[in-house]
Amino acid sequence: MSLADTLNLEVGQVVAEQTFALSRDTLVRYAGASGDFNPIHYRDDVAAQVGLPGVLAHGMLTMGVAVQPVVDWLDGRGWVSDYQVRFTRPVVVDPAAGAEVTVTATVGVIDDAGARIDLTAVYDGQTVLGKAQVRISAH
Amino acid sequence: MNPDLTEREFAATPPYLVGREKVREFARATLATSPLHHDPAAAQAAGYADVVAPPTFPIVIAEATLQQLLAEPDAGIDFSRVVHGDQRFTYSRPIVAGDELTATLRVTSIKTLGGNSMVASESTMVDAEGAHVVTSVSTLVVRGDDS
Repeated sequence: MSLADTLNLEVGQVVAEQTFALSRDTLVRYAGASGDFNPIHYRDDVAAQVGLPGVLAHGMLTMGVAVQPVVDWLDGRGWVSDYQVRFTRPVVVDPAAGAEVTVTATVGVIDDAGARIDLTAVYDGQTVLGKAQVRISAH
Repeated sequence: MNPDLTEREFAATPPYLVGREKVREFARATLATSPLHHDPAAAQAAGYADVVAPPTFPIVIAEATLQQLLAEPDAGIDFSRVVHGDQRFTYSRPIVAGDELTATLRVTSIKTLGGNSMVASESTMVDAEGAHVVTSVSTLVVRGDDS
């Protein structure tokens, strides 16, 4: 049985949706865990100096968070064998209010190897990732 | 930006030993709550030797190759002007705690567009046996002074 059969997938089906709250604390934690200490992710003065609208979430934090609904939904029944995104808009993280990112995961393609799950990630009413595609495969 | 970077050979990074606590730390930092990332028993029940790294974990190892790139004296990259354009991870198998991974960087293209430079590179990561585990492909955008 193919992975798509096991998971009972249909193209267009929404398999997961989740909203994540990002705060400055989240950014600092991610900087430490990832080793990406670019100051645009924690210093307002540096962000302003290089012409950014504010302190930005690491693109890799958004990418890392956006795939989690797929991992949770899969629950070990398959694995993420390929994952790609384009960073199309920055996520500005307000020092007090933070930022909310809502992720929707939809079945894009089903084939013998497994399936492609397409993600949308929305912040402040606009998508922040383009061509966000997760390839899931059977073990 | 120095276009010669595409022809440069970079040394393989020293072996990176994937630790269980590092996997858990990275999982917490990416709001990843699946027991596969945190609980060795759950990972073993799913057929893995130890906790499984979240899909974007290889960026921790790619960071070492980024430092190699930034350290090139003639690279001309101001890190505070770097933003990430795109990123892809293509796996042969999942990463689990206990893996020892070595990454080799290759700069695949450098393009200039409207005052910005786009640096495309890939880091190929292999395990202690030399078998391919994952390739990280990324484009960094170095924003020009006027953008």
